[in-house]
Amino acid sequence: MILDHALTFAIGCFALALLLNLIRIATAPGFADRVLAVDTMTVNVTALVILYSARSGSVFSFEAAVIFAMTGFVSTMAFCKYLLRGSIVE
Amino acid sequence: MPLRRLFPHPGLTVFLTLFWLVLADSWTFGSLALGATLATAVPLLTAPWWPGKPRLKRPLALLPYLGIVLWDVVVSSFQVARIVLFLPPDRIRSAFIAVPTSLTSPEAVALLAGTITMTPGTLTADISADGRVLLVHALHAPDPEEVRQGIITRYESRLKRIFA
Amino acid sequence: MTALAEIVVALLLVAGGLFGLIGSFGLLRLKDRMQRLHAPTKATTLGVGAALVAVAFHVWLAEGRLALREILVAVFFFSTAPLSALFLAKVHLFRDIPRDSLPPPGTGSDWASFTPDPPGGKT
Repeated sequence: MILDHALTFAIGCFALALLLNLIRIATAPGFADRVLAVDTMTVNVTALVILYSARSGSVFSFEAAVIFAMTGFVSTMAFCKYLLRGSIVE
Repeated sequence: MPLRRLFPHPGLTVFLTLFWLVLADSWTFGSLALGATLATAVPLLTAPWWPGKPRLKRPLALLPYLGIVLWDVVVSSFQVARIVLFLPPDRIRSAFIAVPTSLTSPEAVALLAGTITMTPGTLTADISADGRVLLVHALHAPDPEEVRQGIITRYESRLKRIFA
Repeated sequence: MTALAEIVVALLLVAGGLFGLIGSFGLLRLKDRMQRLHAPTKATTLGVGAALVAVAFHVWLAEGRLALREILVAVFFFSTAPLSALFLAKVHLFRDIPRDSLPPPGTGSDWASFTPDPPGGKT
């Protein structure tokens, strides 16, 4: 009972965090700030997917969460390399 | 030494096998065989990018170190939360601080840089080209010298004992 | 499941959610670009970590199996957060931070972001 409410609360928090990230992406002053916002967004989405799978009892969303986490990290790295050097693969 | 050639990094092979088993979430012989094959192939294929081997003088001392870092991550998040929520933005005193380190092994310096980022109020921004000084950004540091001393006594001294 | 364990899991979930929210809120509120790196790396990482540990603990209590995979994702976040932050900080140094606002390293060599690659060895 209490657990259901806590789970709903946590999902709400991360959903709100995603909304704040979206606002950030729209209003960010620079390209690097936007990359940071997208990076935070992937982390929040991963948390959201896992919390949702705990709520619905689905086993398969775990893979989605892992893939999201890994591509999020790699894309942040690729963006940073592009901004630093002007190319990704050297 | 053909065995040494087949397993350039034995520790990495064991770690990758365990990692595969946990990630596949099936503790059967089939997954073990697949995991072990991959864990042998990956270090072989990536060997050109792993020229050195990290030398640990006291590997077990890493565990209490990780415990300290984990605790500091919790403290650090509360501190960041307090600054974000309650400190007016124009009163935040941020500063760049140069932190010299006497650690020599690249693994130790990398671990120190990661630790600095995850612990209260500081973030590693860059390293000097000769690898002896870290550029640290402090979110709210009215006294930079205190931050520098804190990093050296709390983390660097412990890492120096772990890495030879 | 005992009531005490349930309360612990619930507290972890609530704390995780709040920290995740604070991390994203800090992104909007902090004024300086270097300051903004601090909020997501620390608060969001801990928030997601707490939520994942709560889910793993919950699975362990409810089904009796160790949910190591969730812990593994949390470990993944804790080890990649410093790298993302370091690279974004390097981007800021490279593009936006005035060179003379940084302290000198004091060992004769410059910061790595401003040093050209040594011949033959790229990092």
